Amino acid sequence: MPNLEHPAYPAATLLRLESLVPCRESQVSMLLSIFGERQQFTFSSIFIYGHTSSGKTYVMQTLLNTLQLPHVFVNCVEYFTSRLLLEEILIQLQNCSSETKHASRMLCDTFNDFVRLFKQAVASQDLQDQTLYIVLDRAEQLREMEANILPAFLRLQELTDRNVTVVLLSEIVWELFRPSTGCFEPFTLYFPDYSIGHLQKILSHNHPPEYSADFYAAYINILLGVFYMVCRDLKELQHLAALNFSKYCEPVVRGEANERDTRKLWKNIEPHLKKAMQTVYLREISSSQWERLQRADGEPGQLKGLSAHAHVELPYYSKFLLIAAYLASYNPVRTDKRFFLKHHGKIKKTSFMKKHEKTSNHLLGPKPFPLDRLLAILYSIVDNRVAPTANIFSQITSLVTLQLLSLVGHNDQLDGPRYKCTVSLDFIRAIAR
Amino acid sequence: QQVQEELNKQLFDNLVSFLRRSHSEFQEKTTEWSCRMKSREIPTAALVLGVNVTDHDLTFKSLSEVLQNNITPYVALLQAKDCPGIKNLMQKLMGQLMNCCVDVDSSDEEDYVQVSQHRIRCSMTSLISWYENITKKTDSETPSKKRTSRHLQSPPVVVIFKDMESFTTKVLQDFIVISSQHIHELPLILIFGIATSPMIIHSLLPHSVSSLLCIELFQSLSCKEHLSTIIDKLLLTTQFAFKLSEKVLQVLINIFLYHDFSVQNFIKGFQLCIVEHFHSQPLSVLCCQLVEAKKRVNSLSHSQCENIRRLPSFRSQVSEKQIALLTTDNFLKEVIQKLLEDLHVYHENYVPVLRCLHVFTSSLPKYPLGKQIRELHCACLENRVWETEEYESSLQLARMLNKSDLVTMLQKCVEIFVSSSGKEFDKVVEKLKEFLAQFQKLEGACQERGESISSQKELQKKTDLYHLQKTLLELKESRRSKKLTKFEMLRFEVVDFIDNLVRNYLVPADHKTLHEIMYFNTASALREHLNAAPRIALHTALNNPYCYLKNQALRSDGGYISNKAPDICIVYKLHLECGRLINLVDWLEAFSTVVMAVEGTNEDAAASDQVDDTIHARFIQAVSELELLGFIKPSKQKTDHVARLTWGGC
Repeated sequence: MPNLEHPAYPAATLLRLESLVPCRESQVSMLLSIFGERQQFTFSSIFIYGHTSSGKTYVMQTLLNTLQLPHVFVNCVEYFTSRLLLEEILIQLQNCSSETKHASRMLCDTFNDFVRLFKQAVASQDLQDQTLYIVLDRAEQLREMEANILPAFLRLQELTDRNVTVVLLSEIVWELFRPSTGCFEPFTLYFPDYSIGHLQKILSHNHPPEYSADFYAAYINILLGVFYMVCRDLKELQHLAALNFSKYCEPVVRGEANERDTRKLWKNIEPHLKKAMQTVYLREISSSQWERLQRADGEPGQLKGLSAHAHVELPYYSKFLLIAAYLASYNPVRTDKRFFLKHHGKIKKTSFMKKHEKTSNHLLGPKPFPLDRLLAILYSIVDNRVAPTANIFSQITSLVTLQLLSLVGHNDQLDGPRYKCTVSLDFIRAIAR
Repeated sequence: QQVQEELNKQLFDNLVSFLRRSHSEFQEKTTEWSCRMKSREIPTAALVLGVNVTDHDLTFKSLSEVLQNNITPYVALLQAKDCPGIKNLMQKLMGQLMNCCVDVDSSDEEDYVQVSQHRIRCSMTSLISWYENITKKTDSETPSKKRTSRHLQSPPVVVIFKDMESFTTKVLQDFIVISSQHIHELPLILIFGIATSPMIIHSLLPHSVSSLLCIELFQSLSCKEHLSTIIDKLLLTTQFAFKLSEKVLQVLINIFLYHDFSVQNFIKGFQLCIVEHFHSQPLSVLCCQLVEAKKRVNSLSHSQCENIRRLPSFRSQVSEKQIALLTTDNFLKEVIQKLLEDLHVYHENYVPVLRCLHVFTSSLPKYPLGKQIRELHCACLENRVWETEEYESSLQLARMLNKSDLVTMLQKCVEIFVSSSGKEFDKVVEKLKEFLAQFQKLEGACQERGESISSQKELQKKTDLYHLQKTLLELKESRRSKKLTKFEMLRFEVVDFIDNLVRNYLVPADHKTLHEIMYFNTASALREHLNAAPRIALHTALNNPYCYLKNQALRSDGGYISNKAPDICIVYKLHLECGRLINLVDWLEAFSTVVMAVEGTNEDAAASDQVDDTIHARFIQAVSELELLGFIKPSKQKTDHVARLTWGGC
C-alpha cells in the first residue's frame, strides 16, 4: 500500500487524508504529485472520469478540504446556464477569500467578463502565491452550454494569467468531450470501479458505534453477497446497508444470538435481503414504507409495489382507439383490407406469412400512421356506429398527453397528423380484455 | 334561476368536500414524513388520479388549499406546459413560492424589493437563502401569529407536478438531482400527479434519479365511484326539485363512460340540463321546494294556467270534473297544489324503495338489474320495472337466496327506511322487523332441529356403515319432500312483500301527473349540445346552406347545384364529385358554368370561352377557403392539382 508522502504538507494531515479516502490512495498520491507545492503552477486543466460513485467528487472534496487548498466547487447540473455557472464561481471565490465582505451582486454574461472579474477577484485577495482550484462536477453538462465555455475553461490559466487549475469531473470519457474545433488537451485521470474487496472495506469503514467493527463487517459481507450481483453502486449499497441493519441486529437485541453467531444471523437476514432486492432496490416501495414494514413485521403482501398498479382505466371509446392505434402501428397497410373488410378476397398462405410478419414487426417497433387510417380501423372494430364527434377527436389528443400515443412529425401540421402507438402488447392485451 | 345558482353552489361544495375526504388520509401522511426527513431521499407522493384529466385541476386546487391551510404555506403547482426547460421551471417555482410567502408576511416594502431582486437570479441557492430568511422571520413571529402556529416548525416546501406524463424527462431529472443535493437546507416534498399508472415514474426516470426519491403511492378514488356518489347526492335525494328523465341521464352517463370519464363534464352537462330546463319550460317556475311551489301556484297568471292545461300528462288526467278544471283558474290551482304534493310524496317514497331494491338486486348473481344503483334508477324511470324480464329473473333469483344474506339485506332495508323521511314507511318498517323476528325464531328452531339431528346421528353411529348411509339418504329425502319449510315460506313472503313495495312506489315518473315541471327530458337537444360533431356540422353547412342561412332562395331539393349559394358551397359540392386529386382547371371550368348558368343574360361572355376575372377571383377565394377549412391541400405529385383530404363517410 503506497503511503502518502509529500514534502509540502505535514505528515499528520496526510495521514488523516489517507484514513478518509480508503482504496483511493494511488489516485490521491497521483493528484498530490501533480498539484505539487502550494505555489507551484500545475496543469492548466485536469480531467477525472470514472463510473458512477467511484468516489471522484468525494476524493476531490476531501483532498481540497483537508489540505486547505483554496478552491471553488460547482455542480454543473445545478447551475444550468453558463451565466449562472460563472456567477456562482465568482461568488464562491469572493466568499472563500474574505468572509467579512458581503458578496456583492455581479453580472457576468460572457466569458470575457468572467476573465476580467476573475482577475479582479484573485488580485484583490492573497491568492497569488497559491494555486486556485476550480472543480466542475458533472462536467458533461458543459457540452450543452455555449460552444466557447469548455475550451475556455480548459485554458483558463493561460487566459487569466493566474495560478489556477480547472478540474473537471465526469462519468464519461474525454473523447466524447472533444469539440470539433479542437482544444487544449487536459491531463486525464481515470478512477477505476471499486472491487468487491474495496466495497467491503469502505462499507465497513463507518460502522455504528453500538456494535463492534467485526460484527458490522460480517453484516456487510452478507449484504454484498446478496446485492453484489445486481448493484455495485456504492451509494445504493450504503443506503441498503443502513436500511436493513436494524433487522440484522434483531436477534442480538432480543438476546437469541450473540454477535459471533453469524450463521444464525445469516439465516435470519437472508430472505429478508432477498425481498429487499425485489422491492426497495427497484424503488417499488419507498424506504420509509420499508422501515414501517420492518417495524410492524407484518405481511409484505399488503403493501403492493408501484408496478402492481399497472392497470389503467380508460373510457370505452378510448380503449377502442388505443387498440385501433396499436393495430395500425404494427400491421402493414396492405393487410388492412384483409383484416378489416367483411368481404375480403383471398386468404392464401396467410398462416406462415402472418407469423413471420408479426414477429418482425414487433421487433421493428411501432410505425407511424395517419389519422384517417386510425379512424377507419376504429369504425371497423367497434360494433355499433360511431359518430366522429369532437369527443372522439379530443380523446385522441388526450391519449397523446397521456403518452400512450405519440405525435410524429410537426406539431403545427393541421392536415394529416401522424401518430405512433407507444404502448406494449401486454398493455393492449390487458385493455382488450 | 336563483334555484339554479343555489344548485351549482351546492354541487361544488359537495364535490370539494368529497375530494377533501379522499385526501385527508393523504395529508396525515405528509405531516408524518416531514417530521422524519432523512438521508438524501426526497419524499415523494405519487398520486394516481385516473385518466380524467379535466377533473384534475379542481383536485389539485383543493389539495393545495388543504395543504396551505394545514401543513405549509409554501405550495407550488407546476404544469408541464409552463416548464419546457429547467430554467422555466425554476422561474415558475420561485415565482409561486415567493408570491405566496409575500402574502403571508403582509408584504412590507423591504421584503418586496428583495424578492424582486432575487427573481433575476433563479437558482437553488437563492431559493435556499430565501427559505432561510423566511423561516427565521416566521420563527421570531410565531408567538404573535396564529396562522403560522398551525404549521410545523420548519414548514416543508411542497412542489406539485400536475401532469407528470407531459414533463420532459430531462427537466424532471435535473430538478430532482438539484433538489436532492439541497434537501438538508430546503425540506422539499414532491407530489406527482399521475394519470395512467405509476409505472410511468420508472419509464421517465432512470434508476440513478429515481433512487433519490422516496416514493409513496396514493390512489385516489376511481372516477366511476366518484360519479356514483355524485349521482347519489344529486339525483337520489328529495332535496333538489329538479330531476332528469331516463333518456337524458342515459346520455350523460354514456358520455361519461364512453368518452371522457370526466366528472367535471358530467356536472357541466347536468348544469346545462338545468339551464335548458328553466329556459325552455315555462312552467319551471314551479320546480322548487314544495312550500315555495305552493306559494307560487297561487300567484300563477292565467296564461300559465293555460300552459298547465296543455301539458300532456295533465290532459290525460282531466276526464272528470273537466269543465271546472278547464275553466276556473282557482280550482285548477287547488288541484295543482294537490298534484304537486303527490309528486313530492312520490319522490320521497321513490328513493328509499329504490335503494331497498338495489340492496336486493346488487347481490344477485349476474346482476340482472345492474350492479350500480344508477342502472337501476334508469330502468325504473324507463318504464314499469316490474314488467321487464330482468325484474322477473331477479325475483326468481331472490327466491333462492340463503338465509344469512336475506337477513343482512333486510336489516339494511330497515336502516334505509328508518333513515328516510317518508311517513308511510312506519308500517313497512314494522313489517320488515316482523320478518326479521320471524327469521330469528326460525334460526332458533333450526338450531334445535340441527341438534336433534346430530343426536340422532350419534345414536346411529354405533350401527354399521350401511345402515348409516341408508338413514342419511332417508333423512335427505324427507327433507326434500317437505319442500316448503317454514324458512322457505317466509322467504317467499319477503320477496312478495318487496315486489309489492316496488309495484306501489317505483312507478316511472312519466306516469305521474305534472312530471313535466320537474323532469327535463329533451335528450336530443342535450346530445346535440354535448356531442359536438364538427365535421357533420361543416358538411351540412356547405352542402345545404339553407340550414344555417335561412334564405328562401337557397332552399334546394338536393341534386342540382344552385348558383345562388355562396361560392364556397358551390366549390364544395363540385369537389365532392371528384376523386383524390382534383384538377384545378376543370374545377374552375365547372364553377364558372354553374355560376354563369343562371346569370345567363350575357351569353357573349360565356361564348368567348374566356373566364371572367371576377369569377376567377371568386373561385380562387373559395378554393383557399376550403383549404383553410382543411378539405384540400396542394399536392406535389401533379402540378395544377390539389389533393382531397376528406372522404364521404363523415
